[in-house]
Amino acid sequence: MSMIQIENVSKWYGDFQVLTDCGTHVNAGEVVVVCGPSGSGKSTLIRCVNGLEAIQQGRIVVNGTALAEPTTNLSKLRAQVGMVFQNFELFPHMSVTDNLTIAQVKVLGRSTEEALARGLTMLDRVGLKAQATKFPGALSGGQQQRVAIARALAMDPICMLFDEPTSALDPEMVNEVLDVMVELATEGMTMMCVTHEMGFARKVADRVIFMDHGRIVEDASKDDFFGTPRAERAQLFLSKILQH
Amino acid sequence: MSYNWNWDIFLSPTPSGESTYLGWLLNGLQWTLTLSLGAWIMALVLGIGLGVLRTVPNRLLAGSAAAYVEVFRNVPLLVQLFIWYFVLPELLPTTLGDALKQTDPLAQQFFAALLCLGCFTAARVCEQVRAGIASLPRGQRNAGLALGLTLPQTYRYVLLPMALRLILPPLTSEFLNVFKNSAVASTIGLIELSRQSQQLVDYTAQAYEAFIAVTVLYVLINVLVMFGMRVLERRTRVPGYIGGK
Repeated sequence: MSMIQIENVSKWYGDFQVLTDCGTHVNAGEVVVVCGPSGSGKSTLIRCVNGLEAIQQGRIVVNGTALAEPTTNLSKLRAQVGMVFQNFELFPHMSVTDNLTIAQVKVLGRSTEEALARGLTMLDRVGLKAQATKFPGALSGGQQQRVAIARALAMDPICMLFDEPTSALDPEMVNEVLDVMVELATEGMTMMCVTHEMGFARKVADRVIFMDHGRIVEDASKDDFFGTPRAERAQLFLSKILQH
Repeated sequence: MSYNWNWDIFLSPTPSGESTYLGWLLNGLQWTLTLSLGAWIMALVLGIGLGVLRTVPNRLLAGSAAAYVEVFRNVPLLVQLFIWYFVLPELLPTTLGDALKQTDPLAQQFFAALLCLGCFTAARVCEQVRAGIASLPRGQRNAGLALGLTLPQTYRYVLLPMALRLILPPLTSEFLNVFKNSAVASTIGLIELSRQSQQLVDYTAQAYEAFIAVTVLYVLINVLVMFGMRVLERRTRVPGYIGGK
């Protein structure tokens, strides 16, 4: 069974259609990279997966739960789906530790000690144990993004969504974040990543989805995608970003 | 100018002999403080609630809060006070209205002024809170929700703590305004600080002393408020963020 099932999804902002009939899936343990030119709808699509954006048509099912069902508890579902944002979105008024524990305590009902222990384990995992008492404003972009990943992991998610996690980073900080993501992928985490990092895609992706103008124009295994992409638009995109 | 300065006037007994003129002023100060602080607490609670409603993804709730703001912000404070004090009792069912008119006149004046100032200031606080929330990155709300926090929890733990920090300086201005605006209560007969000073002039003809004293008292209140708010700003400063270190 697929962990994430996206069926015939369409979405409009007013009269403007941002997603047209998108359909794909992410199996458990699979790493799927979503790429495409800016404005192609990839970030919108990934935000639909945990219901941060509503869809007007189609169906999204995560781990057997349909998002649009009136009986679905969206908050409960989101607690199981980790998400990492382009601009980190750590809570600036909380220390790193509080960022790591707040949702564990308020959503999962863990005790403060339990949450702290879990949070620090994850912080250690991303290599930032020494920064536990600092505030987000005192960390570099790369460090903030790694804390954001640790914050999501501390919830013990069944899958992770990455929305351009390295796009807002200085070049020298991109790798420290990618390293954490590669490690996660090799450990078998189910991941859906919107990213332009083709090196990351080549290394760990199982499948690559290419989007253009709100449509999924290519959905292929990694080797097929980088070897012989069928869609002309994807070929053009690849030739442009792989030039240098 | 021949003016007979007499600062001792404050220590002279009033005609009724029960108090000194200074005692009158301090009594007025007490009413001003009680009225203003009461109205400020009411304005904060109501204003934060309305400010949150203005930003929730629900048209009806956001629209109602917007309508509240437009009504209370666009009618002069003095007119609002007269409506609360003179018109409202007439609009209530006869028995309730009559019962209200039978109560202690001082209580009537005080509560009319409290409701008036509280509701008026709440509209202004609401707009500050809305602006504070709107100025946060949109991703903050998404980050809270994505972690599984409910919308109310996201406001409580993520959005409001930052928004309120951001709007502390303009909130200080509103807090100061409450004390100054409380002087309108004198128009319906509440003997607060400004009214007490007029009374002092009526009785003693020592206008300069009376108005200088009352000015000093208002300034003193506001300096204390400003100082308190500065301390609060420093205490709640976020490291590495705007205004922080």
